[in-house]
Amino acid sequence: MVSKRPAYSNLMKEIRKGQFVLTGELEPEKTTGLEEILASARAMKPYVVAANVTDNPLAMAFMNSLVPSYIVQRDVGLETVYQMVIRDRNRLALLSDVLAAAHLGIRNILAISGDHTVLGDNKGALSVYDLDSAQFVYMLHKMVDEGTDLEGNEIHGKVPINVGIAANPNADPLEPEILKIGRKVKIGTDFIQTQTMFDIDLTKEFLKETERLNTPTLVGVFPLKSFGIADFFDKYIPGVSVPKDLLAAMEK
Amino acid sequence: MIITKQKPLEETMDMTEPYSKIFVVGCGKCATVCQTGGEEEVAAMVEELKDKISDFAVVEEPCDLRLTRRDLKAHKETIAGSDAVLVMNCGAGVQTIADYTGRIVLPALDTMFIGSTERIGRFYDRCKACGECILDETGGICPITRCAKSILNGPCGGQVEGKCEVGEYKNDCAWILIWKKLKEQERLDLFAEFRPPRDHGKKALLTEIIF
Repeated sequence: MVSKRPAYSNLMKEIRKGQFVLTGELEPEKTTGLEEILASARAMKPYVVAANVTDNPLAMAFMNSLVPSYIVQRDVGLETVYQMVIRDRNRLALLSDVLAAAHLGIRNILAISGDHTVLGDNKGALSVYDLDSAQFVYMLHKMVDEGTDLEGNEIHGKVPINVGIAANPNADPLEPEILKIGRKVKIGTDFIQTQTMFDIDLTKEFLKETERLNTPTLVGVFPLKSFGIADFFDKYIPGVSVPKDLLAAMEK
Repeated sequence: MIITKQKPLEETMDMTEPYSKIFVVGCGKCATVCQTGGEEEVAAMVEELKDKISDFAVVEEPCDLRLTRRDLKAHKETIAGSDAVLVMNCGAGVQTIADYTGRIVLPALDTMFIGSTERIGRFYDRCKACGECILDETGGICPITRCAKSILNGPCGGQVEGKCEVGEYKNDCAWILIWKKLKEQERLDLFAEFRPPRDHGKKALLTEIIF
């Protein structure tokens, strides 16, 4: 069931070569400046194939991720994975941004739901969810592979983009998570990126369960530098858990 | 049933403050069951507003113009002579009363949802009136209503041990409930199916049904 879509991005080309790839993550913040993100991008460039640019994570209102996704590619020469949440935009706005991204040379999009607005820093905002993340993957399939929008209206020009989805190996129960990934793979997924994993057994189980989907998977890793960070991940990042013995060991 | 909640009394007092003659309308159906606008609650409101009250009535079903007409007929002149009508009904009731009386209407209740009643004081949001029911495919559990994101292809990444990221993991994830139910019914093929985007344009036009 592996995606038949061409590898448009360097990330996808490296993955298809069977290479073990590393990607990084950059986070726009509530700022009009890009100095920090560019410095981080320059620092990680020698080590990674591409860098994700997050889109209002935890429903915090930050700079639009398309702009740094583009500038990092242009000024640093580091390919980006433009993350797009479907929480903040209806299908018109999503389509507009995908067209703009294609024009700007973005070649990877990670299609995700996004944490609910009540978790963020503007709790009174309306959560849009006109499409869900699977339906967004479907819309991307129409745009990339068929050259139309959801209604079948023709798009002028190509949309050469590889599509990634998020998955959570921490999910308990795991079966509905696997079935959900199966749906998205069927409708046009090129690669899977998982939540940050701290539990090797869970990660292995997940990779075993998703093996039959035959879709390359990038496992999320994060170096835990302190107990505080480990505890934050465990408590506040939806769907991420840190094994209790690891937490206890770090607390000492 | 339409589930309603009384506005805080202070808010109702502020709303009624500019008016000196107020007619109160209660509801004999849903708001009676919710104990928000039945005989007793209307009597309590009349007691609160005392001197301002011109009169009051509990209409059998105020969202039904026919019943409103029938039950308010005898009060027509009193209502015409009042400054405002305080309506202890759902939003549909308030608007029917507004249409019928032509007076300034003041809503004493907030309309919460189309709910299921377990017992008095235990009401659950169960239907968003989306106009495209798929309960046959989802084990009788509505994802539009019971999923915080109203998604058709859940669960999202915000579920932890079957609980939803919205509401501090106290509420059930609708999609985990759906998965459990479909598994129990040996219909997981329905769960694995992709549900395409909805036509929200249809809903935008669904403001009246005429036949």
